[in-house]
Amino acid sequence: MNLTSDQQIFWQHGFVKLNETIVTTWAMMIVMSLGSKLITRKLATEGTISRWQGALEIIVTGMEKQIKDVGLSQPKKYLSFLGTLFLFVATASLCTVLPGYKPPTGSLSTTAALALCVFVAVPLYGIREQGLGGYLKTYMKPTFIMLPFNIISELSRTLALAVRLFGNMMSGVMIIGILLTITPFLFPIVMTALGLLTGMVQAYIFSILAAVYIAAATRAPKLKTDLHAQPKVNHLQSSTFEAKRSPNG
Amino acid sequence: MDSNTLVAIVSIATAGLTTGIGCMCPALGEGRSVATALTALAQQPDASATITRTLFVGLAMIESTAIYCFVVSMIIIFANPFWNHVIAQTGAK
Repeated sequence: MNLTSDQQIFWQHGFVKLNETIVTTWAMMIVMSLGSKLITRKLATEGTISRWQGALEIIVTGMEKQIKDVGLSQPKKYLSFLGTLFLFVATASLCTVLPGYKPPTGSLSTTAALALCVFVAVPLYGIREQGLGGYLKTYMKPTFIMLPFNIISELSRTLALAVRLFGNMMSGVMIIGILLTITPFLFPIVMTALGLLTGMVQAYIFSILAAVYIAAATRAPKLKTDLHAQPKVNHLQSSTFEAKRSPNG
Repeated sequence: MDSNTLVAIVSIATAGLTTGIGCMCPALGEGRSVATALTALAQQPDASATITRTLFVGLAMIESTAIYCFVVSMIIIFANPFWNHVIAQTGAK
């Protein structure tokens, strides 16, 4: 049994291989980019808008709202990266309704590439927001003793991102494959429906985790000002509290 | 019992144990976290968006430990390096 779609090789010339993962990834990229190009060719701001434009607007504004909820106050900056991740993973799992299709995210090489994108993007966004020194200082928080642990966590969360998505997608395909040999007719359909749900949840999780990591890398200076501002508020609150309490006491 | 059979027995038993224990413990953790999130939702329905998002992220984190166990047991069954070694040795003989 093929564990991943990497093992299905269509064409090979020396070192260069063309396997199923690459083919489905490129087909999906072409469909998605051509589709969005066709839809955004004639956008309308007033009057009646086309149904496709409405659908795209719902998706884009929904993603913007989610990114904002995570704590990134300017979602437009991050929408291109996080939105692409979400749309790619979501489409890859949605297409499992097509017969004979294996999701490219069910191969460790694709998910490792996606996780490496996050691994590179987090420091880039961090440096853009805080400068090189400011970003490097976040590794030394709370004290310099935490430096190796921060670096290890950076590496291990990249590994976790890759293996989580791979394991979920691969297990979906594998379970359907096994069920097809045991109970061929009805039960695999139920599991496919469940797989669609899991795929959407995984797409959401992947992009939300990337957003959380980016938020943690870009937001550090504001936390400091919050800490400075806190004692004053506490003092005010406690004084009013005492003022309220004093008549009774 | 030759080493060939021994490798097969240990591989299959370990694969079953890996998935069995590796599903049990994360399931306990997920049950606890969902129960706590439901309590929090009942107390503060206004914060449902934040609670649900945090719950989903946390569940994915817990779930991934079960997924690691599943991946390991899949490797043991379908891509076992020791079993491949045994097959290569018997093929050479």
